[in-house]
Amino acid sequence: MGVPVGVVTFPGSLDDRDAARAIRRAGADPVPLWHGDADLRGVAAVVLPGGFSYGDHLRAGAIARFSPVVGAIVEAAQDGLPVLGICNGFQVLCEAQLLPGALTRNVGLHFVCRDQRLRVESVATSWTGDYREGQEIIIPVKHGEGRYVIDPDQLEQLEDEGEIVLRYVGNPNGSVGDVAGICNPRRNVVGLMPHPEHAVDALTGAGTDGLAMFTSVLDTLVHRGSLDPGLPRLLLDDPAPTGGTL
Amino acid sequence: MGTVVVDVMLKPEILDPQGQAVLSALPRLGVGGVVSVRQGKRFEVEVDGPVDAAALATVSELAGALLANPVIEDFTVRPG
Repeated sequence: MGVPVGVVTFPGSLDDRDAARAIRRAGADPVPLWHGDADLRGVAAVVLPGGFSYGDHLRAGAIARFSPVVGAIVEAAQDGLPVLGICNGFQVLCEAQLLPGALTRNVGLHFVCRDQRLRVESVATSWTGDYREGQEIIIPVKHGEGRYVIDPDQLEQLEDEGEIVLRYVGNPNGSVGDVAGICNPRRNVVGLMPHPEHAVDALTGAGTDGLAMFTSVLDTLVHRGSLDPGLPRLLLDDPAPTGGTL
Repeated sequence: MGTVVVDVMLKPEILDPQGQAVLSALPRLGVGGVVSVRQGKRFEVEVDGPVDAAALATVSELAGALLANPVIEDFTVRPG
């Protein structure tokens, strides 16, 4: 039995199966989580996948934010549970105010779908430890509402605190500061518009640059010694490692 | 029964590409003199009592929590 990593399915989720597959590829066990169920089933980490939760009505992520499962995730994230929000999952995390800022319509209104070059700006998060700082990676983007906005003071704060995790090399949507992904101050919650789960297999994607995001969280959990989901989750800044095993 | 109207607009500093697209279509209609268009949303919220201060306060709360995202949008609430 590997590490249980939850994947949420909302009505309108598209990429939950790809996320589950990426988790399996990374050597963990994907656990399906249902939007209407506040039970996180003892998972050690959670992925909010891409898609159009609740049809993206009102605003992307606006209604999903109030689902029972997101309520449980917000609470667990505040206790240190690693959470990754991909695309629509990023939008949900911003709407839920686990991450600052918002995602709005792309400049030019075009839906962009392409293999995107990114620069890894921070490896000190629960989801990016297996990259190198400054590493350039290629991961697909596919979104119509991916333009990250945040007020200038908060952007400066993100920069100062190193909470910008990924930047576009060639901005596809007009995001402020070329921001493609950010993390919270505790660095356990990461949101990004690109789709690492679509870049885990050379046969079906641009490459395998996305896989490290899913292996990173396993390393995070090993170092925290919190692989046993029954154990209290340890903080990222707790002394590590404490001898967890895969 | 009464109606409360909530208008939601992107904050002035947030780029509105939809409004820009509308603006760019105006010359094709032969319309001149328009320098800017911003697109927003209007909600008509029906309440089962009178539209009094309490009802407006409730809808205001709803607007701040769900109808608008205060990070990027402003809203106004008024009797319909």
